[in-house]
Amino acid sequence: MNETFSVKKYLRNLKLPFCPGCGAFTVMNAFLKAVHELGYEDLSSFVFCSGIGCSAWIPSPYFIADSIHTLHGRSIPVATGVKLMRPSLNVVVFGGDGDIVGIGLSHFIHAARRNLDILVIMVNNMVYGMTGGQVAPTTPFKAKTTTTPYGNFEQPLDAANLAVVAGANYVARWTTAHQNELKEAIKKALCLNGFRFIEAISQCPTAFGRRVGFKDAGEMVKWFKEKAIPIEQAKKLGEEDLTQKIILGEFIQRKRQTLTETVYSAIKEASNVEEN
Amino acid sequence: MKTAKQGVYFWQGSEACAEAAILAGCRFFAGYPITPASEIAEHLAKRLPQVDGIAIQMEDEIASIGAVIGASWTGAKAMTATSGPGFSLMQESIGYAFMTETPLVIVDVQRAGPSTGQATKCGQGDVMQSRWGTHGDYSAIVLSPNSVQEMFDLTVKAFNLAEEYRTPVILLSDEVTAHMREQVAVPSIEQIEIVNRKRPKPSDKAFFGLTEVPPMPAVGEGFNVAVTGSTHDEYGIRSTADPLVHKRLVERLNNKIQNHAEEIAHVESYNTENCKIGIVAYGCTSRAIYEAVEYAETKGIKTGYVRLKTIWPFPEKPIKKLAESAEKILVPEMNLRQIFHEVKKVAEGTAKIIPINKIGGGELITPEELLDIIIKEAE
Ligand SMILES: Cc1ncc(C[n+]2csc(CCOP(=O)(O)OP(=O)(O)O)c2C)c(N)n1
Ligand code: SF4
Ligand SMILES: [Mg+2]
Repeated sequence: MNETFSVKKYLRNLKLPFCPGCGAFTVMNAFLKAVHELGYEDLSSFVFCSGIGCSAWIPSPYFIADSIHTLHGRSIPVATGVKLMRPSLNVVVFGGDGDIVGIGLSHFIHAARRNLDILVIMVNNMVYGMTGGQVAPTTPFKAKTTTTPYGNFEQPLDAANLAVVAGANYVARWTTAHQNELKEAIKKALCLNGFRFIEAISQCPTAFGRRVGFKDAGEMVKWFKEKAIPIEQAKKLGEEDLTQKIILGEFIQRKRQTLTETVYSAIKEASNVEEN
Repeated sequence: MKTAKQGVYFWQGSEACAEAAILAGCRFFAGYPITPASEIAEHLAKRLPQVDGIAIQMEDEIASIGAVIGASWTGAKAMTATSGPGFSLMQESIGYAFMTETPLVIVDVQRAGPSTGQATKCGQGDVMQSRWGTHGDYSAIVLSPNSVQEMFDLTVKAFNLAEEYRTPVILLSDEVTAHMREQVAVPSIEQIEIVNRKRPKPSDKAFFGLTEVPPMPAVGEGFNVAVTGSTHDEYGIRSTADPLVHKRLVERLNNKIQNHAEEIAHVESYNTENCKIGIVAYGCTSRAIYEAVEYAETKGIKTGYVRLKTIWPFPEKPIKKLAESAEKILVPEMNLRQIFHEVKKVAEGTAKIIPINKIGGGELITPEELLDIIIKEAE
């Protein structure tokens, strides 16, 4: 590998918007490193779609690439239009947990069901970071946020498992404490077809970490490491043993027919019908 | 069959709209079923794949317009079709398309609202929503067909305007116009005026300003275009605090439409310079005016009309002209006064503006009803 790698070659000369210690830096780096190691000299074969939120800022406008920064929750529908009309392009969605599985949840499930050929990278910081730390569908039970001052009375969503059930071709979950694994998962996902989902458990020191009692970003990353349990091991444990754990690894890899395959074969059929 | 050949067809309004879209170059449709707009989706689902296009049913109307926006950024002409409830769901994305200068066409086949209302019955209650539905400072282009022929003609026009001005265009149809069957004359493809978006030169970098309607690249062409609904500079770079950048962008987006309001505002006028009673009507309701005016004239009442083919930008000039001659202007609508207020704004003081409103059951305002009012008001 090229040791002198710098993410700079993929980035516009703009100041990044994230707070010091934000996990978005780590996810951005993991992605660009993955792209670099796969041999992409630039991002010209990619289109990035993202919604609204801190994490949705990862590609837009920082990547020197085509990027569509859409509405809160609507990156996947826009990516659907892009991918269907330009199947040769690599369509990658970046988004936060609120963006992808809060307001945009239905699109997420349907895109996985359709096996739409896109890679979705969700930065799960367990909170609505951009808006100041409100509860998210991914916030741990009992965690205090600005809108759950007495503790979250809801259970968090398991987005990775949901993607599996919905029909995704590839699903993995890592954390910002597992940079190398995260990068490798991204590399693998970029070489596969269909709906690919990578959940990156991440830290928002500003709007979440402080409130739930972490001194700084480093402490949160340490916490991820401690809570992590590989999926192979988790499969052997009961639900109760797993309540406080972060299950990591590859949740699935399979080869269902993808949406672009089925759509384009339908088009072919339609023109054949006409000719007969 | 590829695109519809020149000829005379007996089509439903929805079919005319779908075939016109294909002739205008539309190759992507995304929608969600809703009465009375589903026929457009059904027709395009059958027809688009035959011309190497794609039609997909999405999980809701928000996803539908989202996919249309994505498709438009690949360089394709794209559209969706819906009715009131779905049109409401699309409003946030309409603002996004406006802000990002994404050409697309939205057909709203109006039914009787608010809410689920009378889902199968005709109404004209979305006139103001089509103008002001999204948040923020916005200018809309909205066309209003009143026949199956116009479902065809104005669909082509909607695509042309969307491409010319790089903006979403709404075809504000209604249950009656979309469902009825009439003859449609389809010209040869060479005779149909088709406008395509201005494309960038390889050296271009400003896709969001510097000119009134900037050139639009497609993704995957190497332009590294950054599209965002946040306030952005001419190069697409987010600028969320600078007052000047916001002012410059939002004023240009509005001006590129408002400065061309007269070119965009099409009407059909009759006897506007020499009438005592004037009528301003649009869409299905305007179908009653022809017969009513004809009968009124046999009774010696000088009657004229302005029939709006463009609703927004509002065609002020022809209405002002009508008001100079007419003592009274009747404004029939299948809602509880929407265009009435616009006519009033333009013509009050010059003529007396009289609303005629009918809602419920999808019942149209008939020529007889209109004639009775013309006779009464002429006395
Ligand atoms: C329709 C709509 N509702 C609400 C918002 C406000 N909003 C902006 S970002 C955001 C949440 C962001 O959370 P997440 O997606 O998890 O991203 P993060 O900032 O945590 O990375 C919300 C609610 C919005 N922009 N649009
Ligand atoms: S608020 Fe949180 S998620 Fe947003 S940039 Fe700051 S640390 Fe990152
Ligand atoms: Mg978040």
